[in-house]
Amino acid sequence: MNISSFEILSLLYLIGSVTFIMGLKMLSHPDSARKGNTIAAVGMGIVIFGTIFLYSENGTFLSNKLLIFVALLLGTVVGTRAAKVVQMTQMPEMVSIFNGMGGACAALIGMIEIHHVQSGETSRLVAITAGLIIGTISFSGSMVAWGKLNGRFKDKTFPFQQYINIGMMLVILALGAVIIFSPNVHPSVLYIELNLCILYGILFVLPIGGADMPVVISLLNSFTGVAAACGGFLYDNKAMLTGGILVGSAGTILTILMCKAMNRSLTNVLIGAFSSNSASNTSSPDNPDEHYKEVSMNDVAVMMTYAKKVMIVPGYGLAVAQAQHSCHDLEKTLEEKGVEVRYAIHPVAGRMPGHMNVLLAEADVDYSKLLEMDDANTQFSTTDVVMILGANDVVNPAAKNDKSSPIYGMPILEVETAKNVIVNKRSMSAGYAGVSNGLFYQPKTSMLFGDAKTVLQELVNEIKHNVN
Amino acid sequence: MEDTIKMLTHAITIQTVYVVVLMIFLGIEVISNVPSILHTPLMSGANAIHGVIVVGAIIVLGKAEPTNYAALVFGFLAVVLGTLNVVGGFVVTDRMLEMFKKRTK
Repeated sequence: MNISSFEILSLLYLIGSVTFIMGLKMLSHPDSARKGNTIAAVGMGIVIFGTIFLYSENGTFLSNKLLIFVALLLGTVVGTRAAKVVQMTQMPEMVSIFNGMGGACAALIGMIEIHHVQSGETSRLVAITAGLIIGTISFSGSMVAWGKLNGRFKDKTFPFQQYINIGMMLVILALGAVIIFSPNVHPSVLYIELNLCILYGILFVLPIGGADMPVVISLLNSFTGVAAACGGFLYDNKAMLTGGILVGSAGTILTILMCKAMNRSLTNVLIGAFSSNSASNTSSPDNPDEHYKEVSMNDVAVMMTYAKKVMIVPGYGLAVAQAQHSCHDLEKTLEEKGVEVRYAIHPVAGRMPGHMNVLLAEADVDYSKLLEMDDANTQFSTTDVVMILGANDVVNPAAKNDKSSPIYGMPILEVETAKNVIVNKRSMSAGYAGVSNGLFYQPKTSMLFGDAKTVLQELVNEIKHNVN
Repeated sequence: MEDTIKMLTHAITIQTVYVVVLMIFLGIEVISNVPSILHTPLMSGANAIHGVIVVGAIIVLGKAEPTNYAALVFGFLAVVLGTLNVVGGFVVTDRMLEMFKKRTK
């Protein structure tokens, strides 16, 4: 009995699927995460090369192998290069771009395959059309998310946006049905459909607040997973099917977990409760003409040097200023003076859950010094100085006290139980949610304006040379 | 003959539905209980895995007739983009996780 290449390939796909599952499983534990990533990557390699050499349709193997290898090489070189040079602070953008590439890949496959099917092959047509629609939306949505994260696009809301989006979705679905049931319809229908999908992806992401981008990227990530699964249906390819569905479902759960960390529902994020009604709400609820006080560098240096325990609360400002190394310097300098230094990490500080952990890890900050939210909250009462570096919404007491606040209900770091709070920000402008922060006006709070990196460097200098 | 093909297609469809449903549950099972510090690498790793779509692109390009320029160009582009997704995704994830590792030494 001969073993056919089809059977070998099926076996390789099985191996690939198992590595994807194992990889994801191992990625969810800190000790095995890196190994899990490598295992999934190896499995992916097996699947890719197996396909190139063993895939056949009606007895013909794949041709154009040279082209395939050139494309693989090109993608590998560019992808590796991009992934190696990217700053840790720009990780979220990078993930968004790669996700968009996957979506575009799915869309391109659909655009070619749609010409290869006959009317009546309904299941294949459904797979192609769905892959086309989902892939395209994921692509344009990811590009907008990328643009928003690096500040190229601003949040935009427009009247009746929800109705327009729902209407567009209906048109997209209707046109999709037309394509499925009469695939020989005029090609312009296909192009209209494509453009509508691109536009939908843009309009879908554009109004969502920048702080919610992680959730959106995670959601688009699972979209692309579903688009890959559509490819699995189309070619009856089990590796694509399992990989795609796995990411689709795991991505959805991850999205929900992220929403939970912010104590918000997914609908709330997508429909954008933040954007429209918060603009009128920007003044603080308690007292319209409050004062904040500024503090000098020397005062901060003295305060910190003579403290027993200092808690650092990093936020997006730290990431933007690339201040993670300076932050680590401050920690070392203070520890030399006998001060206990800890970091309080809010799960959604920065632009992605875990963003701060990755960032501080880059600066070699000791893992055991990073406290998760619940631990940190029990320790603030025994903390002398809390230093907030470019965080805003995650320390806003309005989330606890002000029912009318758009961020009401979000779990926060309860820094106001500490003895002193120093807030480093670039200006008094509101945080990403566009909500003013009552914390800044409290008597125990002092403001230290400036770019986080510059301020930290000056502070370290001040502690080293001017405090005895 | 036609009946056999129909039955085969039917069997494949049922099998596929089984795989899909089981995978959905597996995905949920595998992800729940992940600590929040790993959310970013996990998202990035999952992002690389859906790059398996590149397999579809390889098939498209490999099947393209030498005269079908549209398929060749789009297929080529699709393989490049898909590879970017796969390779970039895995490398970025590895870079993030490498930093976690350094610290535990």
